Amino acid sequence: MEYLIGIQGPDFVLVAADNVAASSIIQMKHDYDKMFKLSEKILLLCVGEAGDTVQFAEYIQKNVQLYKMRNGYELSPSAAANFTRKNLADYLRSRTPYHVNLLLAGYDDADGPGLFYMDYLSSLAKAPFAAHGYGAFLTLSILDRDYKPDLTREEAMNILRKCVEELNKRFILNLHSFNVRLIDKDGIHDMEKLTVGAK
Amino acid sequence: MALANVCGLKNYSEQSGQMFATRRLIDRPNHYSFGTKIQEFAVPVGEEPVGFLKSCNTEGGARFELHHGTTTLSFKFKHGVIVAVDSRASTGSYIATCEYNKVIEINPYLLGTMSGSAADCKYWERLLAKECRLYRLRNNHRISVAAASKLLCNMMLGYRGMGLSVGSMICGWDKEGPGIYYVDDNGNRLSGRMFSTGSGSNYAYGVLDSGYKEDMTVEEAYELGRRGIVHATHRDSYSGGVVNMYHIQE
Repeated sequence: MEYLIGIQGPDFVLVAADNVAASSIIQMKHDYDKMFKLSEKILLLCVGEAGDTVQFAEYIQKNVQLYKMRNGYELSPSAAANFTRKNLADYLRSRTPYHVNLLLAGYDDADGPGLFYMDYLSSLAKAPFAAHGYGAFLTLSILDRDYKPDLTREEAMNILRKCVEELNKRFILNLHSFNVRLIDKDGIHDMEKLTVGAK
Repeated sequence: MALANVCGLKNYSEQSGQMFATRRLIDRPNHYSFGTKIQEFAVPVGEEPVGFLKSCNTEGGARFELHHGTTTLSFKFKHGVIVAVDSRASTGSYIATCEYNKVIEINPYLLGTMSGSAADCKYWERLLAKECRLYRLRNNHRISVAAASKLLCNMMLGYRGMGLSVGSMICGWDKEGPGIYYVDDNGNRLSGRMFSTGSGSNYAYGVLDSGYKEDMTVEEAYELGRRGIVHATHRDSYSGGVVNMYHIQE
């Protein structure tokens, strides 16, 4: 019922998440931010079971910051993604596994942009584009069709708008606004919120 | 961290855990203390809460039905925060009392509402009140609403999956202005302008959403809060009694 999407370009990553915090059939919040800033150039998008999401994401966030404090340099996106996956895997067969689905997006000064897809079974895949949630079933094909590796930022935003339009058209739940952020060599930029009018 | 693990460097917490050599669950009266070196949660020794609860909920076993039989609501507006709750306490289909106060006054600027299991809410919010008082004594300034709600949220997360039933709103006025945080037994913690919890919350939302204006007068806000509870108690059989209302100002 929640939706995350990420699109990687040649020198940027564009990510978006919906703004709804729901409890059974009620929308408890309409402006909830599902993105957690791990460092200057890494964002963690987290959806899943109620308490687990914030708990796990904050745990990762604080540990990444602790690493920077102890060692003097920041973790790269790839290292942060593997650290996150390891924690998910460690808790997977414990009494309290974390039921969270994640997208980690970052820009590494050495390796360039990276988008990592992780799910609650602690799988990890570096992908050019990815999505989580029921909305992913509707929008992954749009990404398959229109994505090319040398996208410009405008083209990526257009694909994102197409995906959101598709959700508005065919998805039974009303996801009326989305937070959008872009990560490039200059850090994390907040883009304009994507809102959709009533169907 | 990864590099530390590869180099064979052990964490401080692991080392101190080994020094004390006990990480088991211990049953003691004063069990939940912040700042202890060992994390201990009070569970009767030898019992497994999750399994026990499963056995109670299946057919043939004694059925524990944990209802959230309540309506509570709170909202922020120009002149502060309104908190309104009903007063019915029910055990299954029996009404235990019609005069139960579902708001706990943590300090003159912080309130906690209760929905879910009366025992759980009462206990954990009293514990929260104790922690808030200790914070005030140690740090010489009142705890913020965000911090108080985070304390309660962490308590809930410690007992995740063990059958706690708490749906609470921590409302108050601190340095940042008015604040409302919804905290529940799943570990959800949400900050917002308007929340309603309990079995009658859906009905209350309907009235609140259609009647809410940011620049209401104080009288209009009292009326809205009252109406929300009244309509919820009319439709929901697990809510009733009187409306208890609080207004938090600066």
